[in-house]
Amino acid sequence: MDNGTGIGARVKRKEDHRFLTGKGNYTDDINLPRQTYAYFVRSPHAHATIKKIDTSTARTMPGVVGVFTGEDVAATKLGGLICGWMIHSKDGSPMKAGPHPILALGKVRYVGDHVAVVIAETREQAKAAAAAVDVEYGVLPHVVDVAEAMGHKAQVHDVAPDNRVYNWSIGDEAATDAAFKRAAHVTRIDLVNNRLIPNAMEPRAAIGYYDTGAEHYTLYTTSQNPHVARLVISAFHGLAPEHKLRVVAPDVGGGFGSKIFIYAEEVVCVWASKFVGGRPVKWTAERTESFLADAHGRDHVTHAEMATDASGKIIGFKVHTKAAMGAYLSTFSSCVPTYLYATLLSGQYNIPNIYAEVDALYTNTAPVDAYRGAGRPEATYVVERIVETAARELKMDPAEFRRKNFVTQFPHQTPVIMCYDAGDYAATLDKALEIADVKGFAARKAASAARGNFRGLGYSAYIEACGIAPSAAVGSLGAGVGLWESAEVRVNPVGTVEILTGSHSHGQGHETTFAQLVSDRLGIDINNVSIVHGDTDKVQFGMGTYGSRSGAVGMTAVAKALDKIEAKAKRIAAAVMESSPDDVEFRNGAFTVKGTDKKMAFGEVALSAYVAHKFNSAQIEPGLKESAFHDPSNFVFPAGVHIAEIEIDGDTGVTTVVNYTAVDDFGNVINPMIVEGQVHGGITQGIGQALAEGAVYDKESGQLLTGSYMDYQMPRAADVPSYKLGFTCTPCPSNPLGMKGCGEAGAIASPAAVMNAVTDALGVVDVPMPATPHVVWKQMRHLKKAAE
Amino acid sequence: MENFNYHRPASVDDAVKAATARPDAKYMSGGMTLIPTMKQGLASPSDIIDLGALKNSGISVGATVVIKAGTTHAEVAHSAEVRKAIPALAALAGGIGDPHVRNKGTIGGSVTNNDPAADYPSACLGLGATIHTNARKIRAEDFFTGMFSTALEDGEVITAVEFPIPRKAGYAKFPNPASRYAMVGVFVADTADGPRVAVTGAGAGVFRASALEAALGKGFDSASLTGTPVPAKDLNNDLHASAEYRAHLITVMAKRAVDAAK
Ligand SMILES: Cc1cc2nc3c(=O)[nH]c(=O)nc-3n(C[C@H](O)[C@H](O)[C@H](O)COP(=O)(O)OP(=O)(O)OC[C@H]3O[C@@H](n4cnc5c(N)ncnc54)[C@H](O)[C@@H]3O)c2cc1C
Repeated sequence: MDNGTGIGARVKRKEDHRFLTGKGNYTDDINLPRQTYAYFVRSPHAHATIKKIDTSTARTMPGVVGVFTGEDVAATKLGGLICGWMIHSKDGSPMKAGPHPILALGKVRYVGDHVAVVIAETREQAKAAAAAVDVEYGVLPHVVDVAEAMGHKAQVHDVAPDNRVYNWSIGDEAATDAAFKRAAHVTRIDLVNNRLIPNAMEPRAAIGYYDTGAEHYTLYTTSQNPHVARLVISAFHGLAPEHKLRVVAPDVGGGFGSKIFIYAEEVVCVWASKFVGGRPVKWTAERTESFLADAHGRDHVTHAEMATDASGKIIGFKVHTKAAMGAYLSTFSSCVPTYLYATLLSGQYNIPNIYAEVDALYTNTAPVDAYRGAGRPEATYVVERIVETAARELKMDPAEFRRKNFVTQFPHQTPVIMCYDAGDYAATLDKALEIADVKGFAARKAASAARGNFRGLGYSAYIEACGIAPSAAVGSLGAGVGLWESAEVRVNPVGTVEILTGSHSHGQGHETTFAQLVSDRLGIDINNVSIVHGDTDKVQFGMGTYGSRSGAVGMTAVAKALDKIEAKAKRIAAAVMESSPDDVEFRNGAFTVKGTDKKMAFGEVALSAYVAHKFNSAQIEPGLKESAFHDPSNFVFPAGVHIAEIEIDGDTGVTTVVNYTAVDDFGNVINPMIVEGQVHGGITQGIGQALAEGAVYDKESGQLLTGSYMDYQMPRAADVPSYKLGFTCTPCPSNPLGMKGCGEAGAIASPAAVMNAVTDALGVVDVPMPATPHVVWKQMRHLKKAAE
Repeated sequence: MENFNYHRPASVDDAVKAATARPDAKYMSGGMTLIPTMKQGLASPSDIIDLGALKNSGISVGATVVIKAGTTHAEVAHSAEVRKAIPALAALAGGIGDPHVRNKGTIGGSVTNNDPAADYPSACLGLGATIHTNARKIRAEDFFTGMFSTALEDGEVITAVEFPIPRKAGYAKFPNPASRYAMVGVFVADTADGPRVAVTGAGAGVFRASALEAALGKGFDSASLTGTPVPAKDLNNDLHASAEYRAHLITVMAKRAVDAAK
């Protein structure tokens, strides 16, 4: 309906006033009566046995109400943290998951590992007492570099003697080898996908509370999926059955994946409350803890080879990746470098033969798990860097090489599981070429050269699979959960509407976009719609928000429930207007009867539903409330072409992104302004990965060298240009709204675009990420020496 | 952060008395360095002597530019007088940290801290400034004695920094990509005593680059610096830049500073 707040309108975000005026209600803003504070004792070593923990001094310190270690947890038989996706190796053996207790038992495996917790009246007292916990360690050899982890003398877990969690493969190896034998040309590349630290603006926090009277637990936590947290804490940790545990994720200040996972600290808080007399236990991470102990992202080392025939068609693609898992398998870590990664290795291209092998390896570092894009940025990086390199080697225009190999017929079954349902890749490429003024690039490059600078242009024709995911399909691949979504639509007697959704908003703007859908469908004012989420006591169930699924899956569930609302409202309207439901039409917020001037507004029907005076309640139940579950039938496949243009300062090695064009096909768009915001943020994160961010562990000491903003460079507003965006649209056929996902695309596409531009500028095959000024300067000096 | 006693004396004498009586006391000006180090547990003074009530901010320009110790970076950056007398000094102050830091952090705190990556020390050394304290006047050459250390005695308090006015001066900073402190900062000045080049961020403390000064002696022009290498020996080598890269950047930044000199 065209009321200015429906689908496609640039509605300003309803939630922003609250956020921008400091009135958000984040976990750390919540304070419960009799609250205590937790502080964690963390490992200073990358790898060590715990010989002894002496808590006697800490216990006597002012304000201390409890000190707990792994032994105390074990005594209560609480289960450890789990990894919820079973991956089997090529040889059929299950992945080797080492134990992951919520407080270390016998051994620590990375700097920052959680060893003990001190609970006190104030945060300062807890921290002071934590410093007095005396832990005697026996230092062991460690390995922090994934490239060296396989078979390293430092063995992170007993179950994995060579540090290998699994050796997984996908695709047809023999057919791919045969294609390479026929190849006219083979392109080879070695790539490192740098480790990133998520850096959500709000650090993780939790308040655990055990009600000794009701024997009921409550956990407030910074989660992207509170129901999954409740499920895991109930079913796997065994803390309490689900009806005795409420999980609330109130306003959450950014997640980027890092708040999907179930972490030790939150489980400790809710567990420990019982042992400090049912007093609430609160913990808020210090920024240092976020650096050390939030799950990190990426950290792949890859060798890839691409075979082309004499006409420049890609005929085979082979990839081997070593993926760091860190010291423990985090909640969804195992699926990231497998089903979220290698299934996208076909890119936008018609590649008949693909084979990929992945070794997942333990390292003595923070666990690695999904981070904005999760596997798909890594896949795009490999595909788009090697495609660009192949084009250069074949002396073909990189855009035309891509075009020549694009998938053009849909549906398209790739050799790596995915079946692409819709797209028009040539259309996005054409639009991107135009917006980026690629024709004028040569002149701009010459002008840069005249200033002593290097200018480069790089493409990234990414595709990703999101709207995660068909439950039966992921179940057959090892997922421990289904990935549907649920929704409930409650229409109040006055015609206002509450939407209860299992999706969770932590920056995405659901309070606006979900309301737009309702405003569109029911023809009511957007301010008469509220979105309720993030509380297991309110929302029936939900799988949460990640993998750009809230639109395609979460909103589709809402749409289904709205269908039911409309159907019931029509029956009520028909009864009240004394006509047949078949003759009732609903448009622009009004029910009318065909061929008459009978009319009822939506609000009138809602009131009728609740007063129930004018219909036979033996035939129609009073009330107007419906729920729905939606299980998607396929992934959705956003795709696009991004073009980065960069300039390198010939004197200093500083790389500046001077132009950045993104043309994306997200299918139908609910709110273009919010979508553009998602794209901007994603591109910026990707530019951060390409040019700035990189988590570095010291090989010698195992310490995290980039443990604060003094050494870890986040991209800033001044580091990025004003982006040029464009959109094309092929509606998604697998959901009624025709939506794809937009939350991760920018971060998926941009590292490859930027690095293709950097390598183009310097005329080299590879420059490692992050291409900091120092890294680029070393490359320039190397080239200069080679030229001399 | 540990607990501490808080004092807010109204005069320099009272401040010095309060500090001298308490060996673990610390002065506080803007607190932009002191408070973060206390939060990280790197400093835990028994007493904080807040210099905020001394009314010790202000700038006077005559034959020299005198900036009182409590003057914030923002005040220096925006001062029309400083911009006229030594534009490079105002520009340097305007490039320190972010707006929060510039509106709280002071010149006195900055030179006392003598962070090897701080900006002001390069201006002090590059211009041949004099540091005024409650007890004496100290030449910049003698004041900065190494990483985070100065010639100040216990309890000695800085009251002002006095800068001679050069014919021309320029400052070029290559920020550390993460912290935005100087990874290499070069302050050049064409003074009555000849060219001066002071480098911050690159070594254990601010230092003068004699090779570059000699080159500029042939003409205060960036072309004079072409082909003048700076030795990498003794320069910092860390995650963000090798000593060689820093050495290279010193020459590049020196040229840019000369080109920008006004
Ligand atoms: C985010 C951030 C970014 C920054 N970026 C930069 C940058 O790019 N470049 C840069 O140069 N600096 C930077 N700084 C440091 C900033 O300039 C500080 O303000 C400055 O170093 C200290 O000034 P202050 O007035 O805050 O001193 P305080 O923190 O109050 O004190 C610093 C030290 O000086 C002593 N002290 C203070 N005043 C006096 C006095 N009058 N006499 C004797 N001792 C005194 C104190 O006891 C203390 O030991 C940054 C700081 C932050 C927090």
